[in-house]
Amino acid sequence: MANERIKARKIRVLPGFKLTLGFTLFYLGLIVLIPLAAVFWKATSLTWPQFWHTITMPTAMASYRLTFGASLLAALVNAFFGLIVAWVLVRYNFFGKKIIDALVDLPFALPTAVAGITLATLYSKNGWIGHWLEPLGIKVANTQIGIFIALTFIGLPFIVRTVQPILEDLDPELEEAASSLGANRWQVFWRVIFPMLTPALLTGFALAFARALGEYGSVIFIAGNIPMKTQITPVIIMGELDMFDYGKATAIAVVMLVFSFVLLLTINVLQWWTNRYNTNNLA
Amino acid sequence: MTPAATTFHVPHRASQRRVTGEPPFVRRALIGVALVFLSLFLFIPLISVFAQAFAKGVGFYFHTLNDPMAWSAIKLTLYAAAIAVPLNCVFGVCAAWAIAKFDFRGKNILLTLIDLPFSVSPVIAGLIYVLVFGAQGWLGLYMNADNPKFPWLANWLNDHNFKIIFAVPGIVLATIFVTFPFVARELIPLMQAQGRNEEEAARVLGASGWQTFWRVTLPNIKWGLIYGVILCNARAMGEFGAVSVVSGKIRGQTNTIPLHIEALYDDYNFTGAFAVASLLALLALVTLGIKTWVEHQQAKQEQTEIVQ
Repeated sequence: MANERIKARKIRVLPGFKLTLGFTLFYLGLIVLIPLAAVFWKATSLTWPQFWHTITMPTAMASYRLTFGASLLAALVNAFFGLIVAWVLVRYNFFGKKIIDALVDLPFALPTAVAGITLATLYSKNGWIGHWLEPLGIKVANTQIGIFIALTFIGLPFIVRTVQPILEDLDPELEEAASSLGANRWQVFWRVIFPMLTPALLTGFALAFARALGEYGSVIFIAGNIPMKTQITPVIIMGELDMFDYGKATAIAVVMLVFSFVLLLTINVLQWWTNRYNTNNLA
Repeated sequence: MTPAATTFHVPHRASQRRVTGEPPFVRRALIGVALVFLSLFLFIPLISVFAQAFAKGVGFYFHTLNDPMAWSAIKLTLYAAAIAVPLNCVFGVCAAWAIAKFDFRGKNILLTLIDLPFSVSPVIAGLIYVLVFGAQGWLGLYMNADNPKFPWLANWLNDHNFKIIFAVPGIVLATIFVTFPFVARELIPLMQAQGRNEEEAARVLGASGWQTFWRVTLPNIKWGLIYGVILCNARAMGEFGAVSVVSGKIRGQTNTIPLHIEALYDDYNFTGAFAVASLLALLALVTLGIKTWVEHQQAKQEQTEIVQ
């Protein structure tokens, strides 16, 4: 009883709780939750053997391997170079730094279709970059390398933007202490700075990986749609949709959604870990 | 935090340079690696969009943009964004108000659910609306031409030629879905950090709910709101995957700017595709410009608050 009264008083100071929460839940349900539920509802129209047969058909299996592999590789490359970019932007001064800092977000702001046709043209046989690679025997357009390049482009800002703030807030006293105790610069980085950046780096990696798994627009132009070779999972879904086979499209979508949700959960845990690290530092 | 740090500010910084900096060659090498990587993945693609767009001269560029198909795509894109952005803006403010100013159970679950559209592939975002509103979906089940469950509704929809999938409403819905979290995500942490003291003070001093919101909350969240809205708008105008599933790609009717780019590209009209793409690339640059400016303003606002 007493507890309830305290709660009621707390809420009454500011108005609009019921209205705003009510609208939030209504809109969330209408736009996101009910339509998402439709995927699982549609999936139940398939029998279990049908469902299993669809999600394990050879083209789908090849697409999972490709999507997963290319996304993982792209996220790893971004983790490495993203850390260097974040480091350089936080610690050093050089000409054009502010503009470069702003442009790091370009893959967020540039529509995926624009990124797609641009990369496909750049890396084609006669493209600005492609014509240098052609004599070396490296083909990028219409190959899996092309997919990897598109996914690297898409994931680039994630690691820079998660590592950058942590690096900015890093207490220089820790580094000073380490070096005054005789550690060389590499040891300071590897033993002192890197462990503190790990949660942010992992979060950025997971975000880039999650984004890459679902990516469609920037990949399709450079990938070239060759069955078993350059078809990512969203392309398989799109193919089934073009043939109006909604059952099959839904079955594969369910596999992707389950992956995404598991990843979302992982990211939430990682972010909680990053934040905890941060508050520990401040204290 | 510690008072000692401010007292020894100057010698502290000087010593930091000497002990914890890298040798010049390492520094230059790292800057070099970063610049090569960014050039390869950011600068060269960005320049090439504009170079390709003007490859056949200024005349061809404006000829492509003056095409009626291009105009109809531009209009449809503006139309979809004009509905999606304000709706998600209202939602974002409501969600942030409820989450940041009140305590209730299940808040973390709600936060995760709001983020959900970000982790769904654009193709699936389109698919879900096909499954709800398409001919084989939920709505189709009730609107079945041979044996409708609600004959009056089916007749009304047929009479008014009202379609959702492969029509404009589907495009708007898909756009709303993919831009759903942007404003909310920007405002929630901001309003949580600001707390509720200022609003409570305004209420105690006799301000009404609306007055409190307009005069106290809104000025505080102004920059965060603009930030969320421009990012939301950039994504709304540039969305490709989700829209391409629900649009049906009827030229001059259900093609948005990104779909028009794809159509031109598939016709081997590469210069035309890049001419239209340059519009969206320009939008991206303007978005980044405003974003940087807003971040600057936000930092300034925080600084004056600390001084006060």
